Amino acid sequence: MGEQRREQEHGVRRRDLLSLIGAMAGSSAMYHAMTSLGFAAESRYEGPIKLEGDPREASVLILGAGLAGMTAALELRNAGYSVKVLEYNSRPGGRNWTLRGGDSFTELGGIAQACGFEEGLYINPGPWRIPYHHRALLDYCKRLDVALEPFIQLNHNAYLHSARAFSGRPQRIRAVQADFRGQISELLAKVTKQGKLEEAVTREDQEILLQALRSWGALDRDYKYNANLISAESRGYTQAPGGGLSAAPSPSDPVALSDILKSRLWRYLQNFANYNFQTTMFQPVGGMDMIGKAFARELGEVIIYNAKVTGISQNDGGVTVSFVDTTNSTRRFTASADWCVCTIPLSILSQLPLQVSAAMKAAIDAVPYAGSVKIGLQFKRRFWEEDEAIYGGITYTDLPIRQIAYPNTGFNRSSRGVLLGSYLFDGANAYEFTAMPPAERVARAVEFGAAIHPQYKSEFECGIAVAWHRVPFALGCSGDWSEDARAQHYRNLCQIDGRIVLAGEHASALPAWQEGAILSALDAISRLHARAVRT
Amino acid sequence: MRGSAFSLVFAIAALLARLSAALAAQDAPTPRIFSTGYSFVETSGEELFANICQGCHMSDAMGATGAGSYPSLASNSYLQLSGYPVYVVVHGRRAMPPFGDMLSDDQIAAVVNYLRTHFGNNFRDAVTASDVKDARR
Repeated sequence: MGEQRREQEHGVRRRDLLSLIGAMAGSSAMYHAMTSLGFAAESRYEGPIKLEGDPREASVLILGAGLAGMTAALELRNAGYSVKVLEYNSRPGGRNWTLRGGDSFTELGGIAQACGFEEGLYINPGPWRIPYHHRALLDYCKRLDVALEPFIQLNHNAYLHSARAFSGRPQRIRAVQADFRGQISELLAKVTKQGKLEEAVTREDQEILLQALRSWGALDRDYKYNANLISAESRGYTQAPGGGLSAAPSPSDPVALSDILKSRLWRYLQNFANYNFQTTMFQPVGGMDMIGKAFARELGEVIIYNAKVTGISQNDGGVTVSFVDTTNSTRRFTASADWCVCTIPLSILSQLPLQVSAAMKAAIDAVPYAGSVKIGLQFKRRFWEEDEAIYGGITYTDLPIRQIAYPNTGFNRSSRGVLLGSYLFDGANAYEFTAMPPAERVARAVEFGAAIHPQYKSEFECGIAVAWHRVPFALGCSGDWSEDARAQHYRNLCQIDGRIVLAGEHASALPAWQEGAILSALDAISRLHARAVRT
Repeated sequence: MRGSAFSLVFAIAALLARLSAALAAQDAPTPRIFSTGYSFVETSGEELFANICQGCHMSDAMGATGAGSYPSLASNSYLQLSGYPVYVVVHGRRAMPPFGDMLSDDQIAAVVNYLRTHFGNNFRDAVTASDVKDARR
């Protein structure tokens, strides 16, 4: 078989092959073919769950009205179970949560914050973005009629900033990305032309590689990355193209490779390449809690709020849960059911009297909870848009605030705006900000942010800060599994234990993501259902 | 005589300086240490407690309660055997994160010693960096 023949075989376009298989063998074969060719394997979600078989009015008690608990409640009720949900908060959603003007929040330690944002402005203290491949969450948004809009992860005109590089001046993401790519391309083109890749790349491929580097890196005819109109098309202009007599654009000066390397700004570029952050990302219109509210609307009166679970016991006949009314702790209750889906975060569950196997108990005790902080800041005007042409997206910095995220909605208006003035996840700064009083967190975010946006000082109005280790209903942001703990305990955590099964982001391979909570609930209830219809 | 008048003036000047510093502190937040990377840069036990531990255990070390609780570390008999707090800080316990990767042996010794001699705890047998090293295994 000649070289040409093999090339032809590989050259069959995948789409042609798929339509051929689809026509000949039906859609099921098509699906399997797509999966094996690398399509359609982005999500474990297989569409709306089908719980077939009669549960004969079996009852299920669900602990926690977050996305895991409400997914379980909705689907089990639809399958014919009698369901009841106990929720610690006075609202649905759990970590699916939005803070708006008029809301108040009291953290552990007792300090209360009133949110002074103008109507329509908000922050999402918990989850705030939805990847396109989180197909289960997207499907529930569709079924529950939750409107979505784009979440902008990469805005080329936002900044990368280091206090220790470029005299502390923020650099446009566009320029850093273009210069890093351009300088690397120039370097690689140089060694290619010097014949130093002879062993690794064939002569023929070297020619193609040079073409690719010139195109990808915005190199000139001599394979140099220079200040000219070619590089300006990537990194931007000192004078942008205009109209009439002054129309001619002028290029801008690239930053030298050594300066980019030493600045360490390149380390933020992975935030745009990572699978979890690739376009398209979404957010619900009006705040993340639109999802939790939509679930709760659908569930109606099966959710009992202000219920603090104090113990969980079980025997062959069912599960009994004791709880107290958080508004009046002398009011103690018990609830019983045939089965229990427990979505209480392990940070709390590990402290409760709980009748489960030693293996499950060890798993519950094996997961530390990560620290995370979000700080919302309201400003008199949208100066990031008016002065700096930044519409949505995220600025990354090595200052202790780490990120500034611009609102992805309400663009181009002469009005107030709310920024996410800091987002910390793990690392020393998350703990340092957690340890401060909330008012100081806000003041520090303004102080640090002013190094990037000097307008902060005159435009700041009010703020609110949520440190997840101080959140009374979570005691941490999310389950922070180590590889060792996962290898040793994860399966034990997810097994049905008698009449109890756990669900939540902590019982998923997508920690800290809402998709993980939903997929974990769907997996748990399908196993629970199989057992319930069998017994 | 002259010596004592001189030291009185000095003392008043020092007092005024402290007063004006205190007044300034009401306007601007007091200086605070921030770490630059994943690990902590704080060195003294007091700084480490104030910038890490009190996030959950609170500034008076009394802990707090919501749907679950953070235990009080004040007058806490579990701190009597120094190996226990060292182990917990290094390896974590239940939801409490392990700090072994984010703190040096010296830092862990410092914060454990601070905790064991404050907040109603009075355990005078100091922990050393080599005790912490052993606890890392």
